[in-house]
Amino acid sequence: MLEVVTTATLAEAAAAMGPGARFLGGGTLVMRAANEGDPTLRRIVRSTERLDRIQTEGNRIRIGAGVTMSGLLAARETAFLAPAARAVGGPQVRNQATVGGNLHAPHPYGDLTVALLALDGIVHLSNGQDMALEPYLAARAHPPGLVAAVSVTQPMGEAFRFRKVSRIKPKGVSVLSMAAHLSRSAGRLSGVRIAYGAMGPAPVRAAAVERALEGADLSATGIASALAQATVGLEPPDDALASAWYRREVAPVHLRRLLLGEP
Amino acid sequence: MAKTPVTFTLNGEEAATFVDAGANLLEVLRRGLGDLSPKYGCGQGTCGSCTVLVDGAPRLACLTLAETVEGQSVETTGGMADGPDLHALQKAFIEGFAAQCGYCTPGMLMSAKALLQSTPNPTREQVIDAISGNLCRCTGYEPIVEAILAAARSPRRSLGSPL
Amino acid sequence: MNRVDYRKDLFADERDDSLAEIGQPTLRQDILGHVTGRSPYYDDHLFDGLLHIRCVRSPHHHARVRAVDCSAAEAMPEVLKVIRAADVPVNMNTLLSLIGFGKDDEPLLADGKVAYIGQPLVAIVARSLRAAQAAVEAVRVDYEVLPHVLDVEEALAPGAPIVNDVYPNNSFDYHERYDHQKLRFGDVEAALTQADHIVESTYQMSPIEQAPMETCGAIAAPETNDRIVCYTGTQALFFSLGVTAKQLDMPSSRLHFIGGTVGGGFGGKVDSHHEPLAVLGTLLTGRPVKYQWDRAEEMQVGAPRGGERWKVRDGVMADGRIIARALTGFFDAGAYTRLSSYAVQKSTGHLPGPYTIPNVASNVFCVYTNRTPSTAMRGFGITACDFAIECHMDKVAETVGMDPIELRILNAYRDGDMKAHRRSAKNCALIEACQVAAEKASWPLSPEASAASSLSGGGIGWRSEIPETSIDTAGQIGRRRQDGHGTDPYAGADTRGRVAAGHVDAEAKSALGNAPQDREMEADLERLGFKTGLDDRRADEIPVQAPPPPPPAIPRQSGSALFVARGNGPSLPSGFSPRSQPAPATVRPSAPPPSASGPDALARPPSPPQPSSGSSPLETKAQEEDAAPNALRRPTVSPFLRGRRR
Repeated sequence: MLEVVTTATLAEAAAAMGPGARFLGGGTLVMRAANEGDPTLRRIVRSTERLDRIQTEGNRIRIGAGVTMSGLLAARETAFLAPAARAVGGPQVRNQATVGGNLHAPHPYGDLTVALLALDGIVHLSNGQDMALEPYLAARAHPPGLVAAVSVTQPMGEAFRFRKVSRIKPKGVSVLSMAAHLSRSAGRLSGVRIAYGAMGPAPVRAAAVERALEGADLSATGIASALAQATVGLEPPDDALASAWYRREVAPVHLRRLLLGEP
Repeated sequence: MAKTPVTFTLNGEEAATFVDAGANLLEVLRRGLGDLSPKYGCGQGTCGSCTVLVDGAPRLACLTLAETVEGQSVETTGGMADGPDLHALQKAFIEGFAAQCGYCTPGMLMSAKALLQSTPNPTREQVIDAISGNLCRCTGYEPIVEAILAAARSPRRSLGSPL
Repeated sequence: MNRVDYRKDLFADERDDSLAEIGQPTLRQDILGHVTGRSPYYDDHLFDGLLHIRCVRSPHHHARVRAVDCSAAEAMPEVLKVIRAADVPVNMNTLLSLIGFGKDDEPLLADGKVAYIGQPLVAIVARSLRAAQAAVEAVRVDYEVLPHVLDVEEALAPGAPIVNDVYPNNSFDYHERYDHQKLRFGDVEAALTQADHIVESTYQMSPIEQAPMETCGAIAAPETNDRIVCYTGTQALFFSLGVTAKQLDMPSSRLHFIGGTVGGGFGGKVDSHHEPLAVLGTLLTGRPVKYQWDRAEEMQVGAPRGGERWKVRDGVMADGRIIARALTGFFDAGAYTRLSSYAVQKSTGHLPGPYTIPNVASNVFCVYTNRTPSTAMRGFGITACDFAIECHMDKVAETVGMDPIELRILNAYRDGDMKAHRRSAKNCALIEACQVAAEKASWPLSPEASAASSLSGGGIGWRSEIPETSIDTAGQIGRRRQDGHGTDPYAGADTRGRVAAGHVDAEAKSALGNAPQDREMEADLERLGFKTGLDDRRADEIPVQAPPPPPPAIPRQSGSALFVARGNGPSLPSGFSPRSQPAPATVRPSAPPPSASGPDALARPPSPPQPSSGSSPLETKAQEEDAAPNALRRPTVSPFLRGRRR
């Protein structure tokens, strides 16, 4: 049967993890599993330690794993993440869903993580270890520790863009979501990061697009090669919202709109 | 099975009960404390029928581990009226025909109440955003949006004590 | 606005025309409960020691069940009872058995085989929802996966897997004779040969989930007087009561059903599966039991509006008049009948849409596939066929180069027109609805179309008559599969015949209008509590026009001549005198009609089918509603409520 373990610190919580255990953040994922009788869930671990700090550290911002989507929307320092935070659920879910939990949201959820991935996210674990977000996501089924915080690059000006495509507004699940960090060097795109959501089992970077944009300019001709490679190396899923074929077809369209700032 | 005690205020009054491991707040409010106003619609955070206010903020009771509201304030539609006097939102929902089967109504009212507490004069877009986590299968939403706007326009004194 | 007639005369005796309610707030009688959260839905009843039911469900579309091992579940301390098919007193049922329609074809709990994903096999009764969920996970089922079929036309093919053993042809048996519901009116094939255009298309509507906010469910509990109380979210309380009494083989007087507050239904809460299982749980444990679907079950297992496929083939004259319409419909019933057999008949009664077409034929199939069984939803049986027909009307308009609204006005039913199911049209208002819609949309209409009226031009000459009708024996039960022919309406018809034209005498009105051809179909107002004093003559006494009229004839005038100027009275516009130009009869490869199909055939009373020409399977009626013991009959009372079954 199910048991609940409540600890005072995240470190103690980490010690209480094990087979069949899941860490409870805001509850939107773990409580759903509990309600549905998920047989793989045997222990809910939670911590009363507050993990809701948002700190600026140089050109990066460190966001506590327990910060909710509403918390991100309310904080001035994370205003650039507002389009992604607002894309998650309705008001109730945004009051509960946490940054740490979003890293573990299964397809088609996890829109915020797409933004964090484009902003060079680094996961800070309870054991003091740091891990880049991309490998963390690849291994998220068996994480090396509990997430204490995530830090991201603070984008300059209009360099960060986010777009979510859903069939229902304002609250709908992703057909796909996209985030771009369009950093520049000497007027040309350089070190660009592009991430997709709902284009694989977890948010992914679009490496081919990133390479094609290196040194390009943000014009219709400048991004043509990137658009042509919009889904290279990706295996988008078939689900009730959209087929893999559809996702492949529309991905370049939405990428163009994202890059050119079209509505 | 081990039970965990939990104490919180429910609609302004102290409530205490014992909860099963992993029990959600919806089960505890309904079967533990007998407040049947929040409804089960999905158990997965999609429908909003179980919306309650925890420390004033709308949350989904079905996705809230019951013991996490220890010491907090929980409000439900069951406590919305001030004795025999209905809340302005309840009146507006009645007058505006903003309910048909009525199953989503308690959750809608909670989301609307939270909106009017933080934004007394909301725009139409703010109303739509505020109820975007609440599904309704009958009304098509328009009467609900209109009722919330009408409640916001109604005189303050009729809004009841919570506002 | 003055030029539009709103036909307020239609309901003049039913309501005053002050329209005082319009624009005035009218409070719902249940709204106070809704806004205070006190409306008592079925789940809003508290019981000490409430038990919960969860079901073991099939993960396969189609499989034989070799073995079920419940030992681990039964050993769990929180589990009070494991219910299997053998524990259900009358496991097989069909929803419409309460009105004697169809065969029992669906088990409450699957027995030996599963036919759709999510079909329940075993029900666990446990102390908590979580314990029931855990016990479900502990049940081991050994399945032998079988080939499955998910498409209606593939299901009718000869080699298709048999979905439902009770209907081994994968189609519902109509009138114990055909694998589809027939409608025959006039001679479609002959008329199609004379049409200027043949317009053909196929339309598909997907299943639609009703998705009520409140999931389906019921709570049963023992009462102190040896009755069982059942709180349920059903939309069909007495239906659910009757089904429960039947499946649990107990008198309905022991059941105390309480419902009426439904958290959204839209038609989807009539299948009566929760009540028998919850009551059975209570009978077996002596304790209150709740059986409530979670959201995933509601979406996966909850019966949707069924998918439908419609093939429409119209014969159209250059001026837009539709002279023939042939339809083939496929209702996807899913694995079991539920209400789909009835939906087929509903749609057949609706054909060919609200248009006066002199030659109509349809074959509509209720098909079994390995999908979730489908059920009622808001106008089921009508919406998809209307979708097909109205899409098709636009296609016809495009083909003949005509305005789509004018095409509808041209072909619309007018008062007095004979409909394909042999009732005369009354209270017609499609023309007026088209005119209002056009005006609201600022859509220009020709003066003729603007002046047309449902009150004039209808019911004159051929428009009021039942034409000579071509009939056939296509699609006898089992033949399609056995002989390997497809779903063409006429395929496999080894006998064809003709039924003479019948004219409904204007004097021979029954209480509800024209006399029906089938006496069984006549409503008996006196029985319903009305004093009518009307002539009690019945269909069998109606004078019938003796000689068969000429075969379907096609008027040749241009469309604009068909519109009747307002105030012209009932005179028939020249375009509507089709019998004036008899077209050559089409020779059909048919056996001679049996002697029974003489001029009086259509008016024959519904006594046993004519055995005189026993060698010929050809029946004498265009509609096959009456003869079979299983057919729709006079409104009757369920044997469970009547007391035949205690």
